[in-house]
Amino acid sequence: MQNDDATNPAMLWVLDGEALWGRRTGAADKACADCHQGMQGVAARYPALHSEKLVNLDQRINLCRTEQQKAPALQLESRELLALSAYIGRQSRGLPIDIAESEQAKPFLDSGRAAFNRRQGQLNLSCTQCHVGLAGNKLAGNPIPQAHPTGYPIYRLEWQGLGSLQRRLRNCMIGVRAEPYAYGSPEFVELEYYLMWRARGMKLETPAVRP
Amino acid sequence: MARAIIQVPARAKRGDILELRALIGHVMETGFRRTESGALVPRDIIRQLVCTYNGIEVFRADFHPAIAANPLISFTTVATESGKMEFRWTGDNDFSATESAPITVE
Amino acid sequence: MITRREFVVLACATASCAAPGALHATPAAVDEAIRAITGGTPARRGRVKLDAPALIENGNSVVLGVSVESPMTQADHVKAIHVFAPMNPLPNMVSVYLGPRSGRAQFSTRVRVADTQTLVALAQMSDGSFWSDQVSVVVTIAACLEELK
Repeated sequence: MQNDDATNPAMLWVLDGEALWGRRTGAADKACADCHQGMQGVAARYPALHSEKLVNLDQRINLCRTEQQKAPALQLESRELLALSAYIGRQSRGLPIDIAESEQAKPFLDSGRAAFNRRQGQLNLSCTQCHVGLAGNKLAGNPIPQAHPTGYPIYRLEWQGLGSLQRRLRNCMIGVRAEPYAYGSPEFVELEYYLMWRARGMKLETPAVRP
Repeated sequence: MARAIIQVPARAKRGDILELRALIGHVMETGFRRTESGALVPRDIIRQLVCTYNGIEVFRADFHPAIAANPLISFTTVATESGKMEFRWTGDNDFSATESAPITVE
Repeated sequence: MITRREFVVLACATASCAAPGALHATPAAVDEAIRAITGGTPARRGRVKLDAPALIENGNSVVLGVSVESPMTQADHVKAIHVFAPMNPLPNMVSVYLGPRSGRAQFSTRVRVADTQTLVALAQMSDGSFWSDQVSVVVTIAACLEELK
């Protein structure tokens, strides 16, 4: 389903993203396509530092909107933003995840790693316990994966739609009865950063389809 | 308008059996789900897909809430002549969408 | 002050009031839906092949296909294929209408399967006969479900 563009439902979002990419918007009356050519490889490098702040791809798109297009930021998890990140992500399909390591980014990486290893929620579970210790086993009939975010945004059958890595992480946090971080919060971006760093070298599959 | 992706071979030989696919973005809200506060989410589904080949109906499907969100359906038709293959979806809340593709038959 | 017992009774009553009839169809409802199509003509087993995975890990999107043995000529073809789910909220899943121009009597789609059950496919032939197939599927429940806002 995932590799056949005629049956991958996430392609509906990719086409929306392509249309948005070429549409002029904001006070600057600029389209993404006016400044950017191809976006090959870009999604494989996010989250990344942007003037000393760690941002994910969605936040980077919004920075372009507010700073360059002079348009309001898109709501995180909105159809438009998911469409744009799916369209950009699709252009890196098959490329290895390439997260840069740097002294500057190290505190973010450490903080993301700490979050991955920290027990939380009423079930008092850390990400590691399931996604490293029990990876390959089953939870209620579903395989427990190794938590490599290689295909986001993904079309999840459970959601019956497209969603970001943060939405998926919220699901896990609710699952262990923890209070999920807010969308776009530094904690989430750091965890995202650590997960992408942990999956470095793996090929991007965006937009993936998952149960 | 809803986004749709159709797959129709661009060229075919007369008499070939063609495999056609039609994917469309739609929530297919069943009318059986409830929100956290208990309110019923009203039904909103695509009811029908009609495929016409140069204006003549060659396939029709009636959808019920059991069809998954973002409906995909694949089926076959015999290549008879060059022309246009048109897909038309209709549903609740006056939903209507059309997508077409040309085909050359040798 | 509501006692625990009263609360349970109240909760049960509310639950049954809120449910618009049964939460799923029944094998009888499927029989009825089939009778509405066949007009009582018995459907024979065979010629129809219903394909669905035996074990479904997520019922939200299940690949389902039906094919029917038929020459698909003007004289002998499949007019319609219907699929039913006795344990879904409604018995009818999908119906497709075919003809000699279809070339082959087959289609596939993605469906929702609410629970472990036996799905039924019914084919209506141009000679007025009906043929059917059925497949038992097991649905496991997805973990950590999101709630609707």
